Amino acid sequence: MLRRTSGRGAGSGMAVFAMLALASTGAFAAWDLNLPVGVTPISRIVYDLHMLILWICVAIGVVVFGIMFISIVRHRKAAGVQAAQFHHSTFAEIAWTVIPIVILVSMAVPATTTLIEMEDTTDADLTVKVTAYQWKWKYEYIEDGITVYSNLAASSRQAIYEDPTKVENYLLEVDNPIVFPVGKKVRLLLTADDVIHTWWVPELGQKKDAIPGFINEIWTLVEEPGVYRGQCAELCGKDHGFMPIVVRAAPEEEYRAWVAERMTAQAEQAALAMREWGKTELMALGEKVYVTSCATCHQMDGAGVTGAFPSIRGSEVATGDVQAHLKLVMDGRSGTAMQSFGSQLDDVELAAVVTYQRNAFGNATGDVVQPAMISAARNLNTGG
Amino acid sequence: MSTSYAAHADDHHHHGPDPGLLRWVFTTNHKDIGTLYLWFALIMFFVGGFLAMGIRAELFKPGLQLLDPHLFNQFTTMHALIMIFGAIMPAFVGFANWLVPMMVGAPDMALPRLNNWSFWLLPFAFTLLIGTFFLPGGAPAAGWTMYPPLVLQGGANVAFMIFAVHIMGISSIMGAINIIVTILNMRAPGMTLLRMPLFVWTWLITAFLLIAAMPVLAGAVTMLLTDKFFGTSFFNAAGGGDPVMFQHVFWFFGHPEVYILILPAFGIISQIIPTFARKPLFGYESMVYATASIAFISFIVWAHHMFTVGMPLSGELFFMYTTMLIAVPTGVKVFNWIATMWRGSMTFETPMLWAIAFVVLFTIGGFSGLMLAITPVDFQYHDTYFVVAHFHYVLVTGAIFAIIGGVYYWLPKWTGHMYDETLGKWHFWISTISVNVLFFPQHFLGLAGMPRRIPDYAVQFTDWNMVSSIGGFVFGLSQLMFLYIVVQTIRGGEKVTERVWEGAHGLEWTLASPPPYHTFEEPPHVTEAEAHG
Repeated sequence: MLRRTSGRGAGSGMAVFAMLALASTGAFAAWDLNLPVGVTPISRIVYDLHMLILWICVAIGVVVFGIMFISIVRHRKAAGVQAAQFHHSTFAEIAWTVIPIVILVSMAVPATTTLIEMEDTTDADLTVKVTAYQWKWKYEYIEDGITVYSNLAASSRQAIYEDPTKVENYLLEVDNPIVFPVGKKVRLLLTADDVIHTWWVPELGQKKDAIPGFINEIWTLVEEPGVYRGQCAELCGKDHGFMPIVVRAAPEEEYRAWVAERMTAQAEQAALAMREWGKTELMALGEKVYVTSCATCHQMDGAGVTGAFPSIRGSEVATGDVQAHLKLVMDGRSGTAMQSFGSQLDDVELAAVVTYQRNAFGNATGDVVQPAMISAARNLNTGG
Repeated sequence: MSTSYAAHADDHHHHGPDPGLLRWVFTTNHKDIGTLYLWFALIMFFVGGFLAMGIRAELFKPGLQLLDPHLFNQFTTMHALIMIFGAIMPAFVGFANWLVPMMVGAPDMALPRLNNWSFWLLPFAFTLLIGTFFLPGGAPAAGWTMYPPLVLQGGANVAFMIFAVHIMGISSIMGAINIIVTILNMRAPGMTLLRMPLFVWTWLITAFLLIAAMPVLAGAVTMLLTDKFFGTSFFNAAGGGDPVMFQHVFWFFGHPEVYILILPAFGIISQIIPTFARKPLFGYESMVYATASIAFISFIVWAHHMFTVGMPLSGELFFMYTTMLIAVPTGVKVFNWIATMWRGSMTFETPMLWAIAFVVLFTIGGFSGLMLAITPVDFQYHDTYFVVAHFHYVLVTGAIFAIIGGVYYWLPKWTGHMYDETLGKWHFWISTISVNVLFFPQHFLGLAGMPRRIPDYAVQFTDWNMVSSIGGFVFGLSQLMFLYIVVQTIRGGEKVTERVWEGAHGLEWTLASPPPYHTFEEPPHVTEAEAHG
């Protein structure tokens, strides 16, 4: 493995092999022992650095524990050994101070060059702004003007209390994966809306925190087409373990096609917001939105969790003034896990979920909230 | 200074402890208070261990079976807080109380009433903390690191946790002051600083770390308190604050805290190995200097806990280099222990077994620590089970192994009875094998991509998690053997001599076993021979 520090060619050969292995077993094999080599130039350098340091540690361990083992075998009272009484050796003490320093410097040099390369986010072909929420990811493709929300896939969520082994890519599947063009330098701008999250896909070799009020930068350049999976790495509350990341790396044309498809879908969604909606269709969509966005805290039956997440069932908010209810859902409540859904859901989804909350769980208010009311409320908020 | 104590000898009444339970409430005797600390630590060890068993049971297989995610987060948070502040730290203070006066030839701690108060704050702090499980909304669930904004989403438990941390901090600071004053002012004639046993040295340095670090934690959590309840915005970006600043302040406390948890362990190991190698500690002075260097460097490495927050490149490089530097003095310590064993005349009684396991397994934790120091690679390791494996190697097979080894080493001195050697060895071997089954696979899980602090995982992580959980259950249960052995030794057993161990050196081994309630009322005269050995 040490040899591969200098041989980039051998590295990509290994990566192709790893890809084949992955394709046959689906994601990773069980009993996995080591870091994935990954599919970006950075992830390969990092892997080599990891192996270098690992082998240095193993070598030091073999020498140090070896000497100790010899001592344990030979210098036993039971073997009739008389204890020597030396307790000092200037030579030894200088040696075992200087040698480690030399080894450390030899590690620090490649680590420094790698780090400098990792932090160079200039000359990107594409910029994607990533916003983390409890518990989903929003991706905005700045140049192409598309926005994608990634939630945990329904198949995984349903299996949590049942049989996870029956689901493919359990907890590592999302409803809307994002696509990166192969061979392009993609710059990611990371931030968060509520608490600190961390964006991490092991095979892309980068990990960085998404922090409210901050924008962090990383870059990646995927060399092999494929699907790469990761997870939020920073404890972000109850569903920290349930906010996966799925990146599909595709050739340029496929990427273009995906962008065009997303743009059409966005236009259709905008048109939907313009028309009058019936109560039945709002309730149907509302239930869907409720399950993905609300049920993790307020529970499927709207009863909440005493002391942590309030009940919606017969609550003052869900049965009282509609405008106050809208405002709470759109703006959230600071200092609690109730986030501002105004920036995460579109007008139709907000109208549907509020309608649903006011007419489900025995909340028989009969109120129907139209998408037009949401856009009016948005205009009010921005003072427009 | 120390000589003046002889004057009191004439009119002294040899009285023992008060009868009854109130003895333990009002005691100002360092031995009693040491015993209280050690029992308290053992109880907290089992409470924290119970939470760990819950965590490992939930992680035995994918899907959620026992704990819902919110309760799981409460378990991980409370497991860490209880083990760090309730088990390891009080255990070391217990050792210090019992041993520092006996090792330096002092009649008691310098500030006995303060000593009583330091201990008796702890049960109240932990009642507040553990009581949060019964609040609506449950116990703190944002991790022991208490990062905002997440921690501020908690309910009433935030206030309880912060006040508990304040009380523990006061207790630790008073304990540290007491230890420093005792060591600097109450040494017997002839007990020069460089004749002190290494355990006393490591505690002296640890006490300075405590005094420097605990107020920083108190400040950080107080800012959390006002952010949560009084409308300030220290850490709220929307109000002009900075959530990352909390992490800087927290880890400025947190990294010295790591050494607070391990330096006294170094001290214990440095007492045990020379005894059973029947050979003086190799490189005594370099051990002292290495300890002091580790303590100093511990204040300039804090941001290696937060390499992924998006620091400037220069910051990442600085913290990478300083962190790597810690390997040098730590290496010196390990080499010195091995050089002490070299050409000794070793026997392998239970304390020695724990000490040898400590040297090997702590060093493995040190290796993974070195790997974590390398910033570009740390990006892959950060917040994964690799980190969990790393800090459990240094804290369980490091700190806790040293504590258990230390108990076996000094228990005959404290009780006057020899523990059951056969059972002690069984306890050692079962613990050492199971603890590796428990934590070694967690390196693999982390490298393969499993994040820490998740209640449920993708199915490819199942196998190693099952192995780890099985190791965990065996390790957890085998600690009941420890409880049994300790109780058995207190209640009776073979009587031991003053010296107990053939190769033991130091003032505590010149006293009777068990030592009388009051010792060194007249200071001994310390010669080179009875110094650190």
